[in-house]
Amino acid sequence: MKISNHVQKLSLGIVVAVTVITVAFLQLTFHPQEPNLGLRELQVKYAKEDAPGVDHSQFRALNKNFKSPQEVTETCISCHTDSHNEVMASNHWNWDRVSYIEGKGINAIGKKNVLNNFCIGTSTNLEACASCHTGYGLENANTFNFDEPRNVDCLSCHDNSENYVKKSGDSGYPVKNIDLKKVAQSVGKPIMTNCGTCHFYGGGGNNVKHGDLEQALYNADREMDVHMAKDGIQMTCVDCHTAENHEIKGKLYSVSSQNINRAECQSCHTNTPHLNDMLNTHTAKVACQTCHIPTYAKENPTKMAWYWSTAGHLGDDGEPITMVDSVTGAQKYLSKKGTFVWGSDLEPEYVWFNGKAQHYMLGETIDTTDGPVQINRLLGTHADPNAKIIPVKIHRGDQIYDTENMVLIQPKLYSEHRGDSAFWKDFNWETAAAAGMKDIGLKYSGSHDFVSTEMYWPINHMVSPSNMSLQCADCHTQSDDGRLAELTGFYLPGRDSSSFFDGLGTWMLWLSFAGVLFHGGLRIVSHIRTSKNLEMKDYREFGDEEN
Amino acid sequence: MKRIKKYQRFERFWHWAQSALIFFLALTGFEVHDSIHIFGYEQAVMFHRVASYAFLVLIAFAIFWHFTTEQWKQYIPTFSNIGTQIRYYTIGIFKGEPHPINPDKWRKLNPVQAITYLGFKVLIIPVMVVSGVLYLFHKRINANDIVVISDIDLGTIAVWHTFGAFVLMAFVIIHVYMTTTGERPTSNIKAMVTGYEDVEENGEHAERSELEVKVISGQQKERKEETK
Repeated sequence: MKISNHVQKLSLGIVVAVTVITVAFLQLTFHPQEPNLGLRELQVKYAKEDAPGVDHSQFRALNKNFKSPQEVTETCISCHTDSHNEVMASNHWNWDRVSYIEGKGINAIGKKNVLNNFCIGTSTNLEACASCHTGYGLENANTFNFDEPRNVDCLSCHDNSENYVKKSGDSGYPVKNIDLKKVAQSVGKPIMTNCGTCHFYGGGGNNVKHGDLEQALYNADREMDVHMAKDGIQMTCVDCHTAENHEIKGKLYSVSSQNINRAECQSCHTNTPHLNDMLNTHTAKVACQTCHIPTYAKENPTKMAWYWSTAGHLGDDGEPITMVDSVTGAQKYLSKKGTFVWGSDLEPEYVWFNGKAQHYMLGETIDTTDGPVQINRLLGTHADPNAKIIPVKIHRGDQIYDTENMVLIQPKLYSEHRGDSAFWKDFNWETAAAAGMKDIGLKYSGSHDFVSTEMYWPINHMVSPSNMSLQCADCHTQSDDGRLAELTGFYLPGRDSSSFFDGLGTWMLWLSFAGVLFHGGLRIVSHIRTSKNLEMKDYREFGDEEN
Repeated sequence: MKRIKKYQRFERFWHWAQSALIFFLALTGFEVHDSIHIFGYEQAVMFHRVASYAFLVLIAFAIFWHFTTEQWKQYIPTFSNIGTQIRYYTIGIFKGEPHPINPDKWRKLNPVQAITYLGFKVLIIPVMVVSGVLYLFHKRINANDIVVISDIDLGTIAVWHTFGAFVLMAFVIIHVYMTTTGERPTSNIKAMVTGYEDVEENGEHAERSELEVKVISGQQKERKEETK
C-alpha cells in the first residue's frame, strides 16, 4: 500500500474524528433550559395562599372594648382552650430550651442564662428586653410566673392589623391607647411584621444581630431574597418556619444547641435539588446556604464588631456622646455601648457545622490565653459525617470580665433613672458589674478588664436566585481570595496540592524539556559538523579510525 | 532496504486515540488543579470525567487486543542489548551511526523502548487509572444518603493522580522527541500513521557488537558517498 493512500485515510480519519469530537463538545456544552420540575412544583404550591377558615371580626366574644391585654388573652383561651399550654411550653415563652449538651449535661439554655456579644445578656435588663417576650410583666425571671396563662401575649404573634406595638422598657406590655378590639378582631396566621418586629431588630436596631434578617425583607426583590421577593413567590416567614402546637421549626444557634426541629432547605428542595449530579454530590458536605447566599446584609448594614471596652467616655459637658459615620449614618461610637464596626453586602465566613452548638453559660471560667472567648461555638469538623460547610457571620468584639474569678461579667445596663448602678445611666463599670453579678447570684472580685470575644451567626436567609449563586471556581481555586481559602484541614480540588509533589513534577517537566532540547541541539550541531566534514574531506581519507 | 508492517491497524488507532485522550485529559485535569484556565472549572470537571470513561473503554479494548494477538510479548523486557541501545542514544546518535538494533516481527521495539513502554503500561497508566477511578467515585458517607464509601483520604488520591499526571507529561515530552530519532526525523511518526517502516535488509533481530556497529557505520558512509 502506498504511503499517500495512508495519508488520505488518515486525513479522512482526522476529519471524522474532529467532527465527532465537535459534535460531542456541542452536545456536552449545550444545556437545554429543561424545567426543574421539583422547583416548578414548589412554585405552584406556594403561589396559592390559604384563605383563613374563619373571620374573627364576626365573633361576638371579640366584639367588646378590652381594658387590658390580659383580657384579650382570656377571650382567646375561651375558644382556643389549650393553645396557651402550647405557648407556655415553647421557647418564645420560656426563653430557654431543655437540651442535652455534651460535657455539660442537661441544661435549660436560652436568653435567660447565656450571654451574647451585643447587649451582653437579658438578666438584670429584663424590663427592656421583655418587649420581645411573648408575655406580659416579665421584670425578673425569678419572680415572673411562667405558669400564668393570662400573661401569654397572643397578639404579638397573631395581630394581623399591624397596630399592635409592645413598649420598650415596660416588661412586655403594649403601648397605651391601642384599639385592642380592632387588633383582637384581626388575628390570624402570623404575618411578616409579627416576626420581624422582634427578629429584625435584635441587638438594638435593624439588622444589628443577624445580618440576614432585616426590614428590607418587607420589600425584597428577587436578588435580595428569592423566597420573600415581592416580584417573586412572596413567601412569608411561616411558610418555612412552620409550627405544630406552637412549636416553631427553626432556631438560631445564638441560643440553641441541639440538632433537632430545624427549618431546612432540603425539607422542600430535597437532598438532590440540582439537575447536575456533580452539584448534587456537594450536598453531602456543603450546605445549600453556602453557595446560594453569596452575600448577606445586602441592603442595610449589620454590626460586625462591638467593643465594650471603649464605652463610658463622656463629652466635655459630662453628657454621653454619639459619633456617627458621616457617609453611612451608622453609629460609630456611643458612650453607652462603646465602639461599633458595621458592614453591608458582606461575603460570609465559612465553618463546619453539624447542627450542634455550645454556649458560654453564666459563671463558666474563661481562658484568656486561648484566643477570643467564644460566646457560642458551632460544632463540627470535616471528619464529622453530619457536618457541612455553612456560611456564618462572625461578630467580634470585647466584653467585661472578672480578672480574679475569670468569668464574664453580666453588668447591669438598664434602669429608668440614675443612681441605680445601671451603666447606661451612671457610666460606671465598677458599680454596674457589682450590681449585675449580685442580681444573678455570682461573685464579683472587684477587679475587671476586657477580653476579646466572638459570636457565630449562621446565615440562612437572603437566598439569591440560582444564577447568582457561587460558581465552582469561587472555592476551587488556589487564589487567596477563594471563599474557602481559610477553611483548611481537608483536600479541596483546585485549591489544594502537595507542594512537594507538585514541585517535583514541575521540575521533572522542565528537566525533560531541557534534556530534549539539549539532546536535540547536540544532534543538530553534530549533524551540521558531520556534513561540513564530509564536504571538506576527500572520501579516500575516510577510514576505520574515523568515528 | 525493505518495508515491514510494524504497527497494525488497531494498534495505530489505539495509539492515536490514546494520545488525543491523554492530551485532552491533561488540559482538563490541570484546569481542575487550577494550573491553567481554558474551559472554565465546571466544564473542565465534566470533560475530564467524560474523557476518563472514554479512556477506560479504550484501555479495555487495548488489553483485549494485546492478549488475543499475543502482542503483549513485544513488551517483555530484555537486558541483553540495552547497553548497546543506550550507547546509541547517548553517543552513537551524535556520530550519525545507524540504529544498532533493527526490528523484527516479535521484537519490533528496541530494548529501551520495550522497558519504557512496559513501565508506561504497568506503572503510569495503572496508577492513573486506579487513583482516577477512586477520585471519580470518591464520596464520603452522608447522613442522609447511601453513597459509595471511600475511606481513602481524597488528598492522598489526588496527590497520586496529580503526580502521575506530571510523570505522564514528562513521558510525553520525551516520547514525542524520541520519535525524531528514526532513520529520518519523521519516519517513526510516519510508521505510526501508515503502519509501515523501512528497515535495512539484514534487519534481523541482530545482536551486534560495537565493532560490527562501527563497520556498518563505515559501510553506510561509503554508501552515502557512492550515491553522491
